[in-house]
Amino acid sequence: MARMTMIEAIRDAQDICMERDDKVVVFGQDVGYFGGVFRCTKGLQEKYGPQRCFDTPINESGIVGAAIGMGAYGLRPCVEIQFADYMYPAYDQIVSEAARLRHRSNKDFIAPLTIRMPTGGGIFGGQTHSQSPEALFAHVSGLKTVIPSNPYDAKGMLIASIEDDDPVIYLEPKRLYNGPFDGHHEAAITPWSKHELGEVPEGHYTVPLGSAAIRRAGSDVTVLAYGTMVHVALAAAEETGVDAEVIDLRSIVPLDLETIKASVEKTGRCVIVHEATRTCGFGAELAALVAHHCFYSLEAPMVRVTGYDTPYPHAHEWDYFPGPARVGKALLHVMETE
Amino acid sequence: MHKGCGMAPKKAARKQTKTEPSRVRVSEARPGLDPIEAPGRYEATREELTEFYRQMLLIRRFEEKAGQLYGMGLIGGFCHLYIGQEAVVVGLQSAMKEQDSVITGYRDHGHMLACGIPAKVVMAELTGRAAGISKGKGGSMHMFSVEHGFYGGHGIVAAQVPLGTGLAFAHKYKGDDGVATTYFGDGAANQGQVYESFNMAELWKLPVLYVIENNQYAMGTSVNRASAEHELFRRGESFRIEGMQVNGMDVLDVRGAGDAAYDWIRSGKGPLLIEMMTYRYRGHSMSDPAKYRSRDEVTDVRTKRDPIEAAKVLLLEMGETEDGLKELEKIIRAEVNEAADFAEQTPEPELKELYTDVLVGSYG
Repeated sequence: MARMTMIEAIRDAQDICMERDDKVVVFGQDVGYFGGVFRCTKGLQEKYGPQRCFDTPINESGIVGAAIGMGAYGLRPCVEIQFADYMYPAYDQIVSEAARLRHRSNKDFIAPLTIRMPTGGGIFGGQTHSQSPEALFAHVSGLKTVIPSNPYDAKGMLIASIEDDDPVIYLEPKRLYNGPFDGHHEAAITPWSKHELGEVPEGHYTVPLGSAAIRRAGSDVTVLAYGTMVHVALAAAEETGVDAEVIDLRSIVPLDLETIKASVEKTGRCVIVHEATRTCGFGAELAALVAHHCFYSLEAPMVRVTGYDTPYPHAHEWDYFPGPARVGKALLHVMETE
Repeated sequence: MHKGCGMAPKKAARKQTKTEPSRVRVSEARPGLDPIEAPGRYEATREELTEFYRQMLLIRRFEEKAGQLYGMGLIGGFCHLYIGQEAVVVGLQSAMKEQDSVITGYRDHGHMLACGIPAKVVMAELTGRAAGISKGKGGSMHMFSVEHGFYGGHGIVAAQVPLGTGLAFAHKYKGDDGVATTYFGDGAANQGQVYESFNMAELWKLPVLYVIENNQYAMGTSVNRASAEHELFRRGESFRIEGMQVNGMDVLDVRGAGDAAYDWIRSGKGPLLIEMMTYRYRGHSMSDPAKYRSRDEVTDVRTKRDPIEAAKVLLLEMGETEDGLKELEKIIRAEVNEAADFAEQTPEPELKELYTDVLVGSYG
């Protein structure tokens, strides 16, 4: 098996899909000639030509809208929005068109597109290059929203997304592109080449959308996380010595409720972690579901560790970012409460 | 430098720069478009040109220093340098009036310095310090100063264009004779909201000057690869907005066009569009290796069309001395170094500052 970064895995997934199906087209800002701002489409234009991998002007609404039209007429577009923060001009097309086309046309028309977006902070991007907008998509019925946390999943989930007949929002935590970032920003990052999940099979495989993965089995407390926060939670468990069961949700819609339920019923405690702001973040939905389904198993109130309800700041990025210290504090806190 | 270079050239020094035929291209007359006369190059006195030179050099040295601080890790994240484009903001700002307003995108350091905002509070914002103009909470792309008529500093490509249109509406509504200069790039020119803005601005005859700083590349994508109509000054014509294409590498061409444009807009004729042909020498941001263009292309512009060098040649012809310019350079370097030291030493904001100014009040 090859060792890959998440960037290479994402590139590889698109390559495989383009190779297998000539209806797959890949486009976005700087995606063709330049190979993508994060290099996730490097070499695809050279290999498949400018008809299948191409640059667009800077017009997110146009990119997504055109992709929906292409999908309705039988193509399978995979588009890149350069940063998730740039998505808002396209939000109307995503919500009013992509998410609704199938339902209102009685499935005469589908929107089999994948929208890739780098997401999350930790790169000093300030308020317009650091956001985590997953809850804005999860709130819209008719979309799937997925967030891989490692190269293996990144490739398998992207192939599954492109092959899926529904519109999939595929969020790429940019802090994870080159290694399993655990929130210790002062330390050098371990590259994916030294991590077991950096091992990526060659060729075609899929990771089904809607299946969670248990990254660390434990008996004391269940941690629900996705994306970068999976690695932060793992670090927090090690540093505090709390025997946490860390669940990587991978996909927030559809959600693997069975895995969550089984774990919370076992541990009786639950900590929910995400980078996005707290109010109406996806953690609120998770807390509601756990409260409903696992009420009689809970031995302590659930705790959410999230970004603050403020715009993402330029200064104090590492105070804002819910790092291992804050997650660790929450783990110790739920272990103390009854 | 040889001895004696500081002496004035032998030929008699000119009092003013020369009158030359216009090099500006304008929209062709057609029904619905008011004919606009191609403006000439501004005839500057030596004092005026010296001031343009000073401002352009300040921006360049500031940006070079910002690049260094970035390299040293004192500035994190994003930092888009304005080097090469200095003549655009300096020329236009000099044509503005007190009541006018300015808004731009993320490549905003030069605009702020041209607006008269002190270098040290801009640099301190770049390093994320409490003394920064946005208290360190905004960073490179997100800075403002109502006091200086500067309305940001916006990190989302083209998002400032409707805002500039709204500023213009407010100028007209208040009857303050102000014009909102709304800068954006060749890449931003393809966003749909630009055209929504054009339509409203002409429909309501708003006092707005749209300035497309065409530096040839939207990150790694050249104008020709992203724009069907790549003569961007024509982009307003279907909205009946007249356009001019100006050499943005010549501060006097820019000023001449600015004078004509502001007169035209202040006379109540509605919006105008100027495409400034310019060039950025550095990458799109600090992380851009700029592999989409050749080194020769950059060198060619730097050596043949540099706006600061061009102003320097003119100044020497007008009787300015090498020593005089060196002295000016020394003052600018001291100002920039002082700004950098300040930005490095002044403290970060208090943590609780993150929660201020989210809403007017505090809740929860």
